[in-house]
Amino acid sequence: MSISGSETQVSYLEYQGKHKGIWSWLLSTDHKRIGLLYLYAIIIFFFVAAFLGLLMRIELIAPGRTIMEPQTYNGLFTIHGIIMIFVIVIPGLAAVFGNFFLPILIGARDVAFPKLNLFSWYLYMIGAILGVLSQFIGGGAPDTGWTFYVPYSVESSTNVIYALTAAFILGFSSILTGLNFIVTIHRMRAPGMGWMRMPLFPWALYATAWIQVLATPIVGITLLMVIAERVLNIGFFDPALGGDPVLFQHLFWIYSHPAVYIMILPAMGIVTEIFPTFSQKPVFGYGAIVLSSLAIAFVGYFVWGHHMFTSGMSYNARWFFSFLTFIVAVPSAIKVFNWISTMYGGSIDLKPPLLYAISFIFLFMIGGFTGLVLGSLATNVQTHDTAFVMAHFHYIIFGGMGFAFFAAIHYWAPKMFGRMYNFRLAYIAWGFNFIGFNMLYFPLFIVGLQGMPRRAYDYLPQFQSGHVLSTIGSFILFAGLLLMVYNLIRGARKGAVAPANPWKGVTLEWKIPSPPPHENFDDLPEITSKPYLFGNISDNK
Amino acid sequence: MKHEDKHISSYSSLAIVLAVLLLLTAFSVWITGFHFGAFTVAVALIIASVKVATVLINFMHLKFENLFLRLLVTGVFVMFALVVILTFVDYYFR
Repeated sequence: MSISGSETQVSYLEYQGKHKGIWSWLLSTDHKRIGLLYLYAIIIFFFVAAFLGLLMRIELIAPGRTIMEPQTYNGLFTIHGIIMIFVIVIPGLAAVFGNFFLPILIGARDVAFPKLNLFSWYLYMIGAILGVLSQFIGGGAPDTGWTFYVPYSVESSTNVIYALTAAFILGFSSILTGLNFIVTIHRMRAPGMGWMRMPLFPWALYATAWIQVLATPIVGITLLMVIAERVLNIGFFDPALGGDPVLFQHLFWIYSHPAVYIMILPAMGIVTEIFPTFSQKPVFGYGAIVLSSLAIAFVGYFVWGHHMFTSGMSYNARWFFSFLTFIVAVPSAIKVFNWISTMYGGSIDLKPPLLYAISFIFLFMIGGFTGLVLGSLATNVQTHDTAFVMAHFHYIIFGGMGFAFFAAIHYWAPKMFGRMYNFRLAYIAWGFNFIGFNMLYFPLFIVGLQGMPRRAYDYLPQFQSGHVLSTIGSFILFAGLLLMVYNLIRGARKGAVAPANPWKGVTLEWKIPSPPPHENFDDLPEITSKPYLFGNISDNK
Repeated sequence: MKHEDKHISSYSSLAIVLAVLLLLTAFSVWITGFHFGAFTVAVALIIASVKVATVLINFMHLKFENLFLRLLVTGVFVMFALVVILTFVDYYFR
């Protein structure tokens, strides 16, 4: 592989195009700047939603009323879910790190449609702001939960239409980003970069992008149908109007289950980049990881019914979806095997990115195994709609996608900002995050198995110990998150200057300066070998 | 530009495709007069799928693309068909 030039250009942070100041960011079509626009927006919205979560945990520290009324609580868990799911975890990794690193990793100067990329960010911002505003305007905060289940979402007098419209607009942004990535990967790979020479994060983004393009329109139309039902009284889902509420659940989960893979596939791609670098060893089973990403994306389409086992689905559909749910665990397990095998025998350097990546495996495995409890027909009846589901979900989404996000930002921050963060603070923040996370969510498995329902404002005194532990955990986690963000911002502003390749990585981003030049490469790189070949380890072959 | 020249369809072929689409639209209206019971949606979707395929192949020039791209698009439709079939299997056997 040969990389020429790129020293002649200024960095993307210093580049002055035809626009100056704030407009050089808001009107930039540079994929790296757009990635950062997503990053800053996501950090802000994340802390809004996390703060709402903290308020809910304070409310639940004791039975009965603590700090808010039941209707406020219903509004909080709804908007917490809408922001976290539609604004943060679905776009998160692909929009931030996909935008920033996909073109660099495949040896391109930008994405295929840079203007469309910027337009996607504006759509994203409009949807996100509308979602937050729905909490404060008109008839009161929506109280349906982020799943918008009918017939309640048709009948609720709160701002459901605003929230539905927000999710619809955010969906459009997601579709356009996915489309952009598919075309970029098909058309803009560097000379010599065949499909099987492409790094694994772009592979994960490719699988994700197909889900974004194919599944998102279904939920978009479904949400529009709910709006039509509310406004025009057309009976799609409301039995009183001749509709079928279970059909809504089908249509909603046809998207929203694959959406879990939109969140987790890029996370898997990111840790797959991190393990070889910090083991100084080629990734184990490159082909198996590629195939498992595609298999997860494909099979993940056909497991949505496991969200509906107790909703009155036919028996045949139930066992079919349960069977496929167990099947989709296989490619996920293949990946875990490959990550651990990559580290085996390697020269392991336990820097913060690797620590978060290993934590990802641990937490994702807990989420995955408890998912099998929920995917099994018999045990699902006991655990459905309990705090057990909430704990499982957060272990997958926060423990999986969230910790992978933290791994990614610690891995790529030196490249993105050209400066290092403080390792000691990063380790301390990791400790707070890991302990706080487990303390927050693990007790919910226990109280859930004991019968504590999810989304409940009040509960029986027997569940209080679990809730107290959980609330203490939420404070520890929140402190850890603040410390982590403080350390990263401080590092980006005042940290030591980062070298081009602080981790001894071998993929393309480590072969250009930190921060990257405006157009990444002067001359497009010529790819002559597979990725992840480390020169100093004997088992590279 | 040579590449683009190859892809341009003749006006007569485009007119034939337009006529086929209009005929299929008329057909989909006419067929609503018959009662297919549980298969009403399936019949409507089959006609719509034929129309979609006609547009993709002719107006969107899929017939000029390479085999890989045609397979990708076909795969998308097969997957979408499976999703619809699974949903309606539950709907009918509930």
